[in-house]
Amino acid sequence: MNAVSPSRAGWALVLPLVAFIVIAFLAPIATMLLRSVHDPEIADLMPRTRQTLARWDGIGVPQMATEAVTADLREASATNQIGRLAQRLNRERNGLRVLIDVTARHLEREPDTKLSRIDPGWSDPALWQILARVTSPWTGQHLLNALDLTVTPDGAMVRQEEARRLYVDLFLRTAWVAALVTLICALLGYPYAYAYAMAAAGPSLRALLLFLVLLPFWTSLLVRATAWIVLLQRRGVINEGLLAAGLIGETGRLDLIYNMTGTIIVMVHVLLPFFVLPLYSVMAGLPTSYVRASASLGAHPVRTFARVYLPLTYPGVAAGGLLVFILSLGYYVTPALVGGRTGQLISNQIAFHMQRSLNWGLAAALGTLLLLAVLLLALTLPRLAERGGLRA
Amino acid sequence: MNRLARFGFYLLCGLIAAFLVLPLLVIVPLSFNPEPYFSFTPAMLQLDPAGWSLRWYREIAESAQWRLALRNSLGIAAVVTPLATLLGTMAALGLRRLPTRPRKMLAVIIASPLVVPVILFATGIYFFLAPLGLTQSFAGIILAHTALAAPYVVVTVGSALTTFDERLLRAASILGSPPLSTFFKVTLPLIAPGIASGALFAFVTSFDEAVIALFLAGYDQRTIPLQMWSGVRDQLSPAVLAAATLMVLLVTIVMLGAMLIARSARSAGTRR
Repeated sequence: MNAVSPSRAGWALVLPLVAFIVIAFLAPIATMLLRSVHDPEIADLMPRTRQTLARWDGIGVPQMATEAVTADLREASATNQIGRLAQRLNRERNGLRVLIDVTARHLEREPDTKLSRIDPGWSDPALWQILARVTSPWTGQHLLNALDLTVTPDGAMVRQEEARRLYVDLFLRTAWVAALVTLICALLGYPYAYAYAMAAAGPSLRALLLFLVLLPFWTSLLVRATAWIVLLQRRGVINEGLLAAGLIGETGRLDLIYNMTGTIIVMVHVLLPFFVLPLYSVMAGLPTSYVRASASLGAHPVRTFARVYLPLTYPGVAAGGLLVFILSLGYYVTPALVGGRTGQLISNQIAFHMQRSLNWGLAAALGTLLLLAVLLLALTLPRLAERGGLRA
Repeated sequence: MNRLARFGFYLLCGLIAAFLVLPLLVIVPLSFNPEPYFSFTPAMLQLDPAGWSLRWYREIAESAQWRLALRNSLGIAAVVTPLATLLGTMAALGLRRLPTRPRKMLAVIIASPLVVPVILFATGIYFFLAPLGLTQSFAGIILAHTALAAPYVVVTVGSALTTFDERLLRAASILGSPPLSTFFKVTLPLIAPGIASGALFAFVTSFDEAVIALFLAGYDQRTIPLQMWSGVRDQLSPAVLAAATLMVLLVTIVMLGAMLIARSARSAGTRR
């Protein structure tokens, strides 16, 4: 490597992957972020309306725009897009689907009827304000929806009416589940990693303990979800076992899956190795001399553990806990398979809007908020831990 | 620690170990269920040979859907694994030659697919590929899987490189070896275990990936995880138990093999 400087060779080796990740990963993520504020769907379906209303002063009923709307609706009917447009507009305001359908059908029969004759709804200035807002391709609406906020006609930002508030609760529930899963992983993972790291455990016991963590770690998420369904469902192994043992009656079968309980149990199972492995690597690196010093100075083993060993392993606990918490926040597969209706998290709502309701703008907005939360945690928590002396 | 406390502690660890592994083992006997249920039949519990059957194994072996899914999964992984391994190994080798600042910055970019929830990547890549007509195509899935898998290779090869002795390179160059042959004769053999485990990670990442596939695969691109997904969610057929058992078996064999190889390599090392 005399001919090339090491740094230039380094760049040449790194850049292919960096370029690949920028194109195949960061660009898609950026597209999603853009989608949360940029939604050209209605603008594309109503190009003339958009042009006219962009010049409108926002007062009364814009007579000049009625022709544009008529032309756009006729074209949408001709190209079979009217259903999509009606559905899309209905999302902005309930009742618009009917208005658009009725108007479009009327225009098909009598192309030159005035809009206000077809339906008095077209004389409502509020409708035109909505149209002006939604035909602009740039919108903050999706982000507001994702935060359960809405804008009143006079421009004030208020919370959605009670029945339509969904997402803030869901974000909080996701954070709560992630915290709970992290806590359970810590309670189960710490003793396990400790047993593994302890000098007393011989090499073959260690190999076994490692094997038992790595087997589920490497096994497909789908396989693990399947296994837990078999165990936990109402006619599953656990319920049948309890029934056979006489601990529960036929009516007392436990609802262990297809709800939040199922989501939490299976998420703990999936994420436990992610807690154990980093914690173990910290424990394995600790010199045994501190513990021996404490013991030889006469400290009770419990005291030695609590005052000497435990604080030394905090960096591993922090690293494993952060990993588990961040992974839980974005978990999709497990809740989707075992969460039923009540065990769903924010990721499932994003998938729902992508695949079922086809409200892509809202999906992107929810995704943007989730990404912000994850990045904020990933960037700040390690730094906080470092300042607190928890350096890994 | 006194005896009782030690016993209690090991009991606790045994329970945690059972929690980790037993669910995976329960599906094994259930996959031999002759009935289309997810539970033990009385005949199975009496260990009556007639109560056990290979019905579900036959079903997946004969099912055109499962075969297509296996072909697709293996085909995708067969492209993703070498691509991710090559890109990742190169990047890991290059990163350590860079000055600290750009190295840290690029490391963050490279690690980003590991931190960002997959559902967001799936959402984004759907938006990104839809205008290009690449949804419902193998190309899109391979692109996304490679981006998810390559960072793992960087991590494993990078950790293999931390124990790599740079002086060996200088020694080789003093002895007149050209850089390329130094790489193949010195560097590569020493980091080969890291590359191999990186490649294994890449393979598993692709083979086990469900979310990207859910968003990007059409019927023709169905993979094993998608097949299992519909087996768990829509049809609830014990055929998924047979498939799951085969996958647990495969993972066990690969892991035991890797552990044995690592152990024999270690003992060979100490003998020398």
